[in-house]
Amino acid sequence: MENKLQVSTSPHIWGGISVAKVMQYVILALMPAAIMSVYYFGFRSLLVMLVAVGSSVLFEYLWCKLTKRENTIGDYSAAVTGLILAMNLPPTIPYYMVVVGSFVAIVVAKEFFGGLGHNFINPALAGRAFLMASWLSEMTKWAQPRTRLPLFGKVDTISQVTPLAQLKAGEAVDISYLEMFFGNVGGCIGETCAAALLIGGLFLIYKRIITPIIPFTYIATVGLMSYIFSPSGFFKGDPWANILSGGLFLAAFFMATDYVTSPSTFKGQFIMGIFMGVITVIIRVYGGYPEGASYAVMLMNILTPLVEKATMPRIYGTKKQAGGKAQ
Amino acid sequence: MLSFRGGVHPHDHKEITKDKKITELSPPDTLYIPMQMHIGAPCVPKVEVGERVLMGQIIGDSDAYVSVPVHASVSGTVKEIKKILLPNGSMSDAVVIENDFKDEPFDEHGKNKDYTKFSRQEIIKMVREAGVVGMGGAGFPTHVKLSPPEGKVIDTVIVNGAECEPYLTSDYRVMLENPEEVIYGLKVLLYAFGIKNGYIGIEDNKKEAIKKMQEKTKNEEGIRVVALKTKYPQGSEKQLIWSITKREVPRGGLPADVGVICVNIDTCCAIAKKFLYNRPLIRRIVTVSGSGIKEPQNFSVRIGTPFSYVIEAAGGMAGDVKKVIMGGPMMGIAQYDLNVPVVKGTSAILLFTEKELKQPNTDVCFRCGRCSYVCPINLMPYYIADAYRIGDIERCEKLGALDCIECGCCSFTCPGNAKPLSRVREAKRTILENRRQKA
Repeated sequence: MENKLQVSTSPHIWGGISVAKVMQYVILALMPAAIMSVYYFGFRSLLVMLVAVGSSVLFEYLWCKLTKRENTIGDYSAAVTGLILAMNLPPTIPYYMVVVGSFVAIVVAKEFFGGLGHNFINPALAGRAFLMASWLSEMTKWAQPRTRLPLFGKVDTISQVTPLAQLKAGEAVDISYLEMFFGNVGGCIGETCAAALLIGGLFLIYKRIITPIIPFTYIATVGLMSYIFSPSGFFKGDPWANILSGGLFLAAFFMATDYVTSPSTFKGQFIMGIFMGVITVIIRVYGGYPEGASYAVMLMNILTPLVEKATMPRIYGTKKQAGGKAQ
Repeated sequence: MLSFRGGVHPHDHKEITKDKKITELSPPDTLYIPMQMHIGAPCVPKVEVGERVLMGQIIGDSDAYVSVPVHASVSGTVKEIKKILLPNGSMSDAVVIENDFKDEPFDEHGKNKDYTKFSRQEIIKMVREAGVVGMGGAGFPTHVKLSPPEGKVIDTVIVNGAECEPYLTSDYRVMLENPEEVIYGLKVLLYAFGIKNGYIGIEDNKKEAIKKMQEKTKNEEGIRVVALKTKYPQGSEKQLIWSITKREVPRGGLPADVGVICVNIDTCCAIAKKFLYNRPLIRRIVTVSGSGIKEPQNFSVRIGTPFSYVIEAAGGMAGDVKKVIMGGPMMGIAQYDLNVPVVKGTSAILLFTEKELKQPNTDVCFRCGRCSYVCPINLMPYYIADAYRIGDIERCEKLGALDCIECGCCSFTCPGNAKPLSRVREAKRTILENRRQKA
């Protein structure tokens, strides 16, 4: 009996929430938005999501096989990456492009840098950025919501003008805030329904998977900045249209909060949220694209190590003593 | 509710033994009494093989200041003096006593119930003579705590009744069954410092103990019983001091630097027993618990009793025992040889099967930051672990590796089960090793 006793250092019990569980919660939190996208864009959007998730998981599996590493698809992180990538794609996108996007996300952005925990940039966003650079027109075709999209073959769509494009042109947005909130606008699969994203985001905060700091400072900064800066002049912006349109909620709750590429210090998260808000509005108002959320997130991903380093918490016991002398 | 920043909430499993009265475990035939159960210089055996010793007689002592004497916990004959393995993994000389089952006490001075007859120096001397050490596990000699360096003024004494480790109920039972001794011990300490500011801090999952202690201290001037938030590591000295006094022990310093000393519940009782019955520290309360034991218990065990004897007395092992731990599951030490004796710091013997040891079979950090949210010292464990992994020891030190109290919150909570504490510990050891080599 004695020979069988295990010896290891303390602690001897583990009571956390596993990586797989965290990822499962994220997938669960994305479900409302996924369901709403099927409601608005039909089964084609479901198929895009399935292709993205399937190919992402497959690429991770193949990479593990190829490099003779332990299979890591069981941690669900590849599935999450695939799902978030799909959420960032228009429902009309050809399927092979989705597969290319998954490849860039999983193999190039994640595995080349050492796999989960070592990527410097959000893999899903890297995939999206690659597709944006390669097939801009396919990536910016917006289908009218509640139209039937064919599952296969060429998709003919009358491109809908998005609220963000209207804002960029300095025009008034022609749909109501309520419609924007519920997602009855053209856009990427997962980004249009702010209500569904909010439900998912609040669920993650409630479950303590993410802290509320980044999402709320980010959204609030976008509101404030877009009121101050707008194409029609200072203090003439439309903060609500800016908050509710485009991929802001998706970016704020699901991409900016990615553990690997966002600061884990509370102060750092504040800085992250504020900076992303500022960059987003700068791109939206002065930049070349109508939407700036994903680039704002990627830029701040790169700055994350610096932000963390600058905001390390004060270690217990290092308080300046009464004499002014640091201990 | 009084509390601190960080920490975790493990399931406490105290229900297993919280209603088990402390039972006196009859001592075994042979006891192995180590010469080192404290931090500091080891004792030298003061008895010879074949000599008859009495219960409570000093059998080992040292001239060093940071050291306490060791006593025979039964009466009997010294069988041999040999090196044995201790629960902390080190080897130490031990006096092996053959029990004559007479428990003939060694009584030199008689009883000294009225501690106010003594001076502070005499009290410190008596505490040392009684072999009293911090009984929470580390085993720091209490008399050293009682003599803070020149210039440090103690204005607060805190009795640590937090017992924040899961499974442990020994302090809880003592508070319920011997509240008078705890209070008496605290009063001796307050008297020794000439102050009237004592706290008994108890986590609020031990409502009955709080009630009992409040009842018993109603008429005691300057002693307050305070409820603490149930959160691990509430009973860690630095966290406890912060929770109660909002003072921060400076880096590398002692509680005395902020005018506080902390003592364990059982330590208080040990002090009380010296004055009430002139009995030195020869037993301690041990919780035997976990799913791997047939009859979980709170035992009063003679120092030097082998673990295997205690386990047998609690009905023996149940099921497939994978791990035996001395102390709590968060900071305790895993044992591989059950012949080790119960020492002054043995607060519990836990027998764990697969049930308690379930953990994800991964080793990955995805930088979620949970380890730094729960770190009560405000470190960023995954940063230190990263720096250690790439061999940047200097950076580990800059990141505060030496400030780590090894509470284990980071490893407990890590989603990827990357065990950051193991790496921080390694980093600490390497830093200290480098320092020694330089010196």
